[in-house]
Amino acid sequence: MTLFLFSSGLFLGWSLGANDAANIFGTAVGSRMLRFRTAAIIASFFVVVGAVVGGSGTAETLGRLGAVNALAGSFTVALAAGVTVFWMTRASLPVSTSQAIVGAIIGWNLFSGSSTDGGTLGQIVATWVICPIIAGLLAAGLYLGLRFVLVRAHVHLLQIDWWTRAGLVLVGAFGAYSLGANNIANVVGVFVPAEPFGDLELFGLITVSGTQIVFFLGGLAIAVGIFTYSKKVMDTVGTSLIRISPEAALVVVLAQAIVLFVFASEGLRQWLIASGLPPIPLVPVSSSQAVVGAVIGIALVRGARELDWKMLGGIALGWVATPLIAALISLTALFIVQNVFDQTVCRPQAPLTVSVQ
Amino acid sequence: MAILFKATRSLENQIDEYLDTVSQGLIVFGEGVRHYLERDSIRFEERIKAIERLEGMADSLRRSIEGGLYGHSLIPEHRGDVLQLLESIDDLIDMAKETLNQFLVEQPFIPKPLTRHYTELAQTSIQAGEAVIVATRAFFKNLSAVKDHLHKVYFFEKEADAIGNRLKLAVFQSDELELAQKMHLRYFALHIDNIADVAEEVADRLTIFAIKRTL
Repeated sequence: MTLFLFSSGLFLGWSLGANDAANIFGTAVGSRMLRFRTAAIIASFFVVVGAVVGGSGTAETLGRLGAVNALAGSFTVALAAGVTVFWMTRASLPVSTSQAIVGAIIGWNLFSGSSTDGGTLGQIVATWVICPIIAGLLAAGLYLGLRFVLVRAHVHLLQIDWWTRAGLVLVGAFGAYSLGANNIANVVGVFVPAEPFGDLELFGLITVSGTQIVFFLGGLAIAVGIFTYSKKVMDTVGTSLIRISPEAALVVVLAQAIVLFVFASEGLRQWLIASGLPPIPLVPVSSSQAVVGAVIGIALVRGARELDWKMLGGIALGWVATPLIAALISLTALFIVQNVFDQTVCRPQAPLTVSVQ
Repeated sequence: MAILFKATRSLENQIDEYLDTVSQGLIVFGEGVRHYLERDSIRFEERIKAIERLEGMADSLRRSIEGGLYGHSLIPEHRGDVLQLLESIDDLIDMAKETLNQFLVEQPFIPKPLTRHYTELAQTSIQAGEAVIVATRAFFKNLSAVKDHLHKVYFFEKEADAIGNRLKLAVFQSDELELAQKMHLRYFALHIDNIADVAEEVADRLTIFAIKRTL
């Protein structure tokens, strides 16, 4: 039963792998700079590593937004997010798993009567808005830097090609790690408070926590999505949607990976706090929107006369429409699962206790 | 990745070698024309053999480069342009070889006062070809320098046209030559001038390819 209830998270993971791996390796594979097999192996491995090693920060933020404390509730919330993503994709509307899961959690909060932490929600929404802007600024800076070096270094076209390939592998690995660390919370984060798995001791040497098992399985689901379905998406991204040079693609992937890493890295956050600097919130962000921001950043540097307002409008619409739709689906689904299938979707929360010394 | 790096290095060397071969072909062509005008048939035939060898080498290098670029899926964005560029450069050495062969087969009678014009025409056409080869090297290694060389191609091509016209004028004003001889000499002036025209065609393509690389 636990595995069945976990399946909606695995489905979300699969769809994330199928779609978002193209943001990392799409241009490289579509333009035949890298073989799909190579890209899929690198992406799958590092996505799982990122999920297990660095996924806790963003999961904690989602937990603060709403701690879905019953497994059937987690199943329904993840399913609602998955259905939202699936339906909006079918309707050709811009959609992000991050925004869908946040809407679905708010739906659970409304259904269970839990309060939604306004501060956390504000932080999450602000990060969504800032994410493509930072990606755009980063990409513009990196692109100018790369162009400066290439113009002055007099490197042979074939050498540039080799370095770009090597760069795409390295940056792709970093991008996959960041995607796993940042987006694993979207996939299985809602299952963490429900604790579907206990701790596991391996050969009496290592103890793997229940949360790490959840992240590992989510990471595997992403990897399966990459292997089974992302080739199609990669070919589309690489050949028809965004026509950019492989060097510019390298910059786009790097900018996106940095943004996802920055908003997922517990270590960086701790370092900033220790240095007396304001900490960066650990929030799951949309890798697709980071890519769009980065591409626009490069386009502006290259002297694009006008911005694609339709595309930007689509992103802004996604910030509002996706959580709203996901929240509505989540509310409806939770009602059905509780009243038709007689499943516990939320447990009464313990009252807040204050200890007086 | 290491294998790919080796293949990349090898192709880089092959491209350099290919451009060297075409450039040497042009030099040999110039020497061949000079020997013919000096009526030094032994050295002229040596030049014919040399240019045939160089043309064969250029062809096999070009095929090997094409195979390498496709085989390792290198420079996917620019592969088509690079192959077109290398093929059109091949026309330079082909044209040079063909012209020298026509000298060998048709043995045109060139009166002494006209040899200076033919030498000048051959040298200017070769300069146009050389300039486009330097521009091609820049296309691979120093993109911003491409246009610094391309303007020389256009200059030498125009010069070659002007020299060709002067040569044809001198031929047709000559009282010593029969009309058939005049036509024959005009035909050779056109052939030599064609090398500069091919260089101009390569330069036109290179201009577009260079713009595409900066995008």
